[in-house]
Amino acid sequence: MPSALPDGLPAPIDGSLPASAFGGPEDPQPPFGFYVHVPYCASRCGYCDFNTYTAAELGGGASQASYADDAIAEIRLARRVLGDADRPVETVFFGGGTPTLLPAADLGRILAAIRDEFGLLPDAEVTTEANPESVDPGYLAHLREAGFTRLSFGMQSARAHVLQVLDRHHTPGRAQECVAEARAAGFAHINLDLIYGTPGETDEDWQASLDAVLAAEPDHVSAYALIIEDGTRIATRIRRGEIPLPDDDVLADRYLMADEALTAGGLGWYEVSNWAADGAARCRHNELYWTGADWWGAGPGAHSHIGGVRWWNVKHPKPYAERVAAGESPAQGRELLTEEDRRVERILLELRLKDGMPLSLLKDRGFAAAEAAVEEGLLEPDKFADRKAVLTLKGRLLADAVVRDLVD
Amino acid sequence: MPATPVNVPEPSRTDPALIRNFCIIAHIDHGKSTLADRMLQITGVVDPRQMRAQYLDRMDIERERGITIKSQAVRLPWTAPDGRVHILNMIDTPGHVDFTYEVSRSLAACEGAILLVDAAQGIEAQTLANLYLALENDLAIIPVLNKIDLPAAQPEKYAEELAHIIGCEPSDVLRVSGKTGEGVPELLNEAVRLVPAPIGVKDAPARAMIFDSVYDAYRGVVTYVRVVDGQLTKRERIQMMSTGATHELLEIGVISPEPKPADGLGVGEVGYIITGVKDVRQSRVGDTITSMHKGATEPLGGYKDPRPMVFSGLYPLDGSDYPELRDALEKLQLNDAALVWEPETSVALGFGFRCGFLGLLHLEIIRERLEREFGLELISTAPSVVYRVIMEDGTEVTVTNPSEFPGGKIAEVHEPVVRSTILAPSEYVGAIMELCQTRRGNLLGMEYLSEDRVELRYTLPLAEIVFDFFDQLKSKTRGYASLDYEPTGEQMSQLVKVDILLQGEAVDAFSAIVHKDKAYNYGVEMTKKLRELIPRQQFEVPIQAAIGARVIARENIRAIRKDVLAKCYGGDISRKRKLLEKQKEGKKRMKMVGRVEVPQEAFIAALSTDSDGGGDKKK
Repeated sequence: MPSALPDGLPAPIDGSLPASAFGGPEDPQPPFGFYVHVPYCASRCGYCDFNTYTAAELGGGASQASYADDAIAEIRLARRVLGDADRPVETVFFGGGTPTLLPAADLGRILAAIRDEFGLLPDAEVTTEANPESVDPGYLAHLREAGFTRLSFGMQSARAHVLQVLDRHHTPGRAQECVAEARAAGFAHINLDLIYGTPGETDEDWQASLDAVLAAEPDHVSAYALIIEDGTRIATRIRRGEIPLPDDDVLADRYLMADEALTAGGLGWYEVSNWAADGAARCRHNELYWTGADWWGAGPGAHSHIGGVRWWNVKHPKPYAERVAAGESPAQGRELLTEEDRRVERILLELRLKDGMPLSLLKDRGFAAAEAAVEEGLLEPDKFADRKAVLTLKGRLLADAVVRDLVD
Repeated sequence: MPATPVNVPEPSRTDPALIRNFCIIAHIDHGKSTLADRMLQITGVVDPRQMRAQYLDRMDIERERGITIKSQAVRLPWTAPDGRVHILNMIDTPGHVDFTYEVSRSLAACEGAILLVDAAQGIEAQTLANLYLALENDLAIIPVLNKIDLPAAQPEKYAEELAHIIGCEPSDVLRVSGKTGEGVPELLNEAVRLVPAPIGVKDAPARAMIFDSVYDAYRGVVTYVRVVDGQLTKRERIQMMSTGATHELLEIGVISPEPKPADGLGVGEVGYIITGVKDVRQSRVGDTITSMHKGATEPLGGYKDPRPMVFSGLYPLDGSDYPELRDALEKLQLNDAALVWEPETSVALGFGFRCGFLGLLHLEIIRERLEREFGLELISTAPSVVYRVIMEDGTEVTVTNPSEFPGGKIAEVHEPVVRSTILAPSEYVGAIMELCQTRRGNLLGMEYLSEDRVELRYTLPLAEIVFDFFDQLKSKTRGYASLDYEPTGEQMSQLVKVDILLQGEAVDAFSAIVHKDKAYNYGVEMTKKLRELIPRQQFEVPIQAAIGARVIARENIRAIRKDVLAKCYGGDISRKRKLLEKQKEGKKRMKMVGRVEVPQEAFIAALSTDSDGGGDKKK
């Protein structure tokens, strides 16, 4: 989650939601998920602008040791805010930061609180992000026992010099070992995250990373172009001319390399930056985001969305801890999405999916733009005939440009 | 410090023998305004508590830029050494090359001129040009070195230079400090002694020359006049001799330094009139005012219609501001008889106005006022001069916009030329000659003003001056050269129109008329510049420069291949939606050339010649 919070309306102190968020009695409940933001890292990576803190950055006040209790307090608040309605949880996702910096027992306690308050569906997907250097077989076994079903490792690259520029501390090969350890611990679903376009990375480095990923046989891969965020160490080094800014054409080539290799390795794209072995391997939690479902984001800086109301928590762990301990909502601000906002969000999110976006979302000008996009080879013509906008490979690389035209 | 003397002669009842009308000729920042401030204080017309720096420079824009666009006349009482109270009328002159005609009218209202030169810098080209104008008008010249309090002052050196230029003795050059007031009383005494009293026929029909007119939101047009013959009295009806229009004289008076209504103005007197007209074009600089009853039959000489020399298209960045731009131009025109404009449509820029200006500074002042006072955001096309194109069939086309340059069989193209004066330290003569050579200049003459200062005179095409000449001159002389020019006619030249095409489509705003030897360079530079300025599109965009159908330069903007955010998860959605809204706003500000989206910034950057004005507006 990027560190800058949006501007919005003030949020009420008890976290209560307007009636509109709950829909009418006849409306079907959208799927419901939980996101838990763990805002701690052992050290900060040079490219990262997420809401995360090292022990040194935090100072006193909000500690990792009391974090599980804070998160559980917010989960109980969520129950109060959502009332007595039956909202079984389909997916839970622990992200960060580095969730696995906490003891496995803490993660387990937080998950248990969600289960106790809301109930988990029998086939619920429960994921945690993990840094390859912060887990071992015993830890993973503990997670599996606690009810986790899926792991997402930040591998980033198979090359030491690339990891070094990113300030990642694991050794090449460690992420692949993690996949084997996770399998041994009984995890069926494992993701590896990759980053391409790091300054100094060559095509050959990238190919090596892709080969290494496929050799490890995860059932899911996320591959992201490195985003240079303002205020990060990498941004500073680029500005000073110490390392080169990755060129957009190079990034385009790397994306094509990734899609080719991953497809050949049996992983098909289902979102612009995500590939999975089959339908069951997709990250259902992320699919909730992309299809406008409801989710509660617990933890400092986390975003939530319930029925067209989106809010975000205070960023810093200390005020966060104080608020939830006092039984107050940690929300800093919120927005009420208009019908048009929700239409625009659906276009910008669903267009990124292989399942595509229904053409019924488009107005006249957007539809004309979609027709032109088919002509230009950006949208699949046969899917278009089925009333769906689905990006071609070329279109995936220009998704934002297509969205700009389609929302008109 | 002397207070205001008693027994000061009243306006309309002042003996011409006691009147001294003079102006101050000075380069900007040579201290004219500060000297004027001291005169206001020493003569006691401004209360010390109300004194403020640059008292006479009313408009904000003038105060900030340190230049005086509009002149004023201040009536100062001064007791001469003979004990008689004299009336000194100090007439301010505009200080820039674009306003030569206004300067000449200000000079025509005077019998004398103070030639004010910074004792640390010496004379500048602009000052020299105005000095020549003053000499042509037979004014008595009082040479004065200012800022003698400065440590860097070299009064001996520059006294010699001034003496050499005007043909006097170095000891005749007065030395003053506008800052401390040193030498200022002596200067006023010299003005009484050296400037001739005005001569006019008291009983003749009234004839007064307009040397300035200014629009005031509350009073309408305030017209500054110098009475030559006869008398103007309040409440009479007056006539503008160039148009025959008559007006009621609502108010007549003098400035001292605030307006003071009076019974009238007599021979040799300088003051203002208000008639209630709302537009300075009804009260034109150089025109003669007379009484409607028993008025004069012969106007005073020297009136000229203002003639625009430089044209530029002004377009609102936001097309919906077009009506506001029209209103703003109408308002500015109330105060600026030289500003002309007509609606114009550009394929690339939409609806705007083709505007004519006296010169580059005039253009820039108008543009700045439109942006600052009216809150408009504008694109201005590259300044163009007026070309006369004669076709082979004998028809003649006047071109003020390169996109109107005719195709077909052209026999001759004529362009305006100017006579320019450049003053610089002698070490830069080589660099200046080289620059003028590349700008198709013709050396007319060269003269040493002193041991190390040279005056060069060139004939140059105005178009070359308009295209970043002044900046080049400054950079090649490390800022030491000064420039002045005046139109002298036209010449026949080998000129061609270079078009710039995006994806095969000509962009009218980028067309330029250039000398055929420079067409290739222009084409290469412009296509390169545009390649940098236009963002990549979803398709390849060729940029070509062409003369007619002949392509002389080409660049390519490669198609963009990646325009997608890598990540879009729960916490990114709001940010992404807001980014999208912002991008769509940005898209609205794009101009479409065919299918190519060109950002406004690209137009602005491509059209700027890296020159933001000419003449002496900068040091």
